[in-house]
Amino acid sequence: MDKFTKLTAVAAPLPIVNCDTDKIIPARFLKTLTRTGLGKNLFDPLRFDPKTGEENPDFVLNKPAYRNAEILVAGHNFGCGSSREHAPWALLDYGIRCVISTDFADIFYNNSSKNGILLIKVTPGELEKLMDGAERGANATMTVDLENQEITNSDGKKIKFEVDPFKKHCLLNGLDDIGLTLQKENSISSYEEKQKASEPWLYA
Amino acid sequence: MIVEREMAVSGPQTLFDKIWKSHLVDEQEDGTCLIYIDRQLIHEITSAQAFDGLRQSGRKARRPEANLCVPDHNVPTTPGRGGTEEIEDDESRIQLEVLENNAAEFGLPYISINDERQGIVHVIGPEQGFTQPGVTLVCGDSHTATHGAFGALAFGVGTSEVEHVLATQTLIQRPAKNMRITVNGSLPRGCTAKDLVLAIIGKIGTAGGTGHVIEYAGPAIEELSMEGRMTVCNMTIEAGARAGLVAPDEKTFEYLKGRPQCPKGGQWEAALERWNQLPSDNGAKYDTEVKLDVSEIVPQVTWGTSPEDEIGISGNVPDPADVTDANRRSAMERSLEYMNLKPGTKMTDIEVDKVFIGSCTNSRIEDMRAAAEIAKGRSVAPTVYAMVVPGSGLVKMQAEEEGLDKIFTEAGFHWREPGCSMCLAMNGDMLLPGERSASTSNRNFEGRQGPGGRTHLVSPMMAAAAAITGHLTDVRDFLK
Repeated sequence: MDKFTKLTAVAAPLPIVNCDTDKIIPARFLKTLTRTGLGKNLFDPLRFDPKTGEENPDFVLNKPAYRNAEILVAGHNFGCGSSREHAPWALLDYGIRCVISTDFADIFYNNSSKNGILLIKVTPGELEKLMDGAERGANATMTVDLENQEITNSDGKKIKFEVDPFKKHCLLNGLDDIGLTLQKENSISSYEEKQKASEPWLYA
Repeated sequence: MIVEREMAVSGPQTLFDKIWKSHLVDEQEDGTCLIYIDRQLIHEITSAQAFDGLRQSGRKARRPEANLCVPDHNVPTTPGRGGTEEIEDDESRIQLEVLENNAAEFGLPYISINDERQGIVHVIGPEQGFTQPGVTLVCGDSHTATHGAFGALAFGVGTSEVEHVLATQTLIQRPAKNMRITVNGSLPRGCTAKDLVLAIIGKIGTAGGTGHVIEYAGPAIEELSMEGRMTVCNMTIEAGARAGLVAPDEKTFEYLKGRPQCPKGGQWEAALERWNQLPSDNGAKYDTEVKLDVSEIVPQVTWGTSPEDEIGISGNVPDPADVTDANRRSAMERSLEYMNLKPGTKMTDIEVDKVFIGSCTNSRIEDMRAAAEIAKGRSVAPTVYAMVVPGSGLVKMQAEEEGLDKIFTEAGFHWREPGCSMCLAMNGDMLLPGERSASTSNRNFEGRQGPGGRTHLVSPMMAAAAAITGHLTDVRDFLK
């Protein structure tokens, strides 16, 4: 996966509460066999009219100022619902590398960090300030600095954030989880030997 | 999520603590854990990219026999559907072929759509005895929480994690917090496990369980059948928690005994001894405790576009103007606009176009029986298309042996082949823009059952009643 270090980009406001994964990428687009190409269907129910398929001009990412947004400032509990990793794949394919909200659904949170997308949890007060900042259209450029755990809002004011140290390490270095885990091969094998003795039916 | 939590090292343990600790392979200084995964279910939608990843890095499946592959999300449910090669939709057929080829290439057990055991992953795992108390079980599907009904730590994962489990038989995790929901009282007539879990989600909200594993306890949970417990655990994710748990008991063991993948002979006795140690110890500590009494609840129905938007069937569509929280008010307004509903409308006045009885929430034999009890000797309203989709080939066979299919078809319901079907509308079973359903599935999100479709979540009995009257209906009127 790509490293995430420091990002300066347009931030789009998406103040929807409980934005679920069916809104991010509806199930009918999950027939793909690859991780790429889903960006065109990102937020399909919000971006396009369900009957005509035409762009909904009121949706934030359809507005000229936000078409190149790489940061989303989103409402509470973003990414709830299904476990589909197609949700972060669609965000990434569209060009979104960072989502800021007051809370994220657990599975979505894990899936995002495994794809080089940084999710940042802030307080309701901070979210309000960032949402205001994102409302400034093409001037809504923010900077997200993972190393220093700091967001610079479009007004230049800085907001600190917390991040899981292991996830930070993996994001900064673009590390593959599987490779890291396989370094613990001996621990896995000895666990299996022990379990095989105590619960042999799991190995039948 | 970032969860800072010290797990009790000694002293009374919860069911979750016990399973977690017994699966710990490694723990880093920062609290990140490597936990062993005993079982993985694999379906066609969230696995192709995982197998590709293995191929690209030249890795193998570490323990092929610890997996079970079955297509479910994307399969046609048309009666007499034939094999994979007969699927008309190219993308769907290819996705099934890819799963079949991947299973063969990596040596994983595979159940094809022609096999009588085929069905929804969360129905067949327990049916085959693949799901067992005390195991860790994952699947690239958020409703994996279902298997917690057996006292298994079961949760949904993304495709990268599917690949991680295939390659290493482990996952990198942090321990969740413990929540206990104690459900007192006894469910009144006309109310089921579905109504119970909708009431819970209404109480704690769709993010109420984030960061937690929820253990369901109390007399109302103990009273539930295994099917009912699966329905409750299934919808745990709708409350934001990745996993739900019920302590295994005699009902659990009774259900599992003799299942194909369960231990046999002397190993069965050894397994029972282990499983009996699993229930939470007296005095175990929970980070969050919730209590509710279900003896007074009425059949539940959702009015909005989040599972937390639920109300008793005797109620009216709520008015956003009565809500003080601005975020909640605007979410309600958006929901009502999407659902095309006016505040104050009686729930029982809402007409439906389609009725769906099925999904990993409500497609087991008990659900079929409950819906058939209402359908028997009655007719589906002429304005309604109603379909019944059993959760597996084995459920279908059992229902047919009991004559339930006849009851349904004579009443005008369509009796289908097993699969996920209209729960997520990938396979052509779907709502058209503006259509409204009463559905026994788990999500009423915008567009979930088809773009522009509107979903009301209900129990199987309530769905059958709505099919007959053509509008949302209090099933208790049918039970008098």
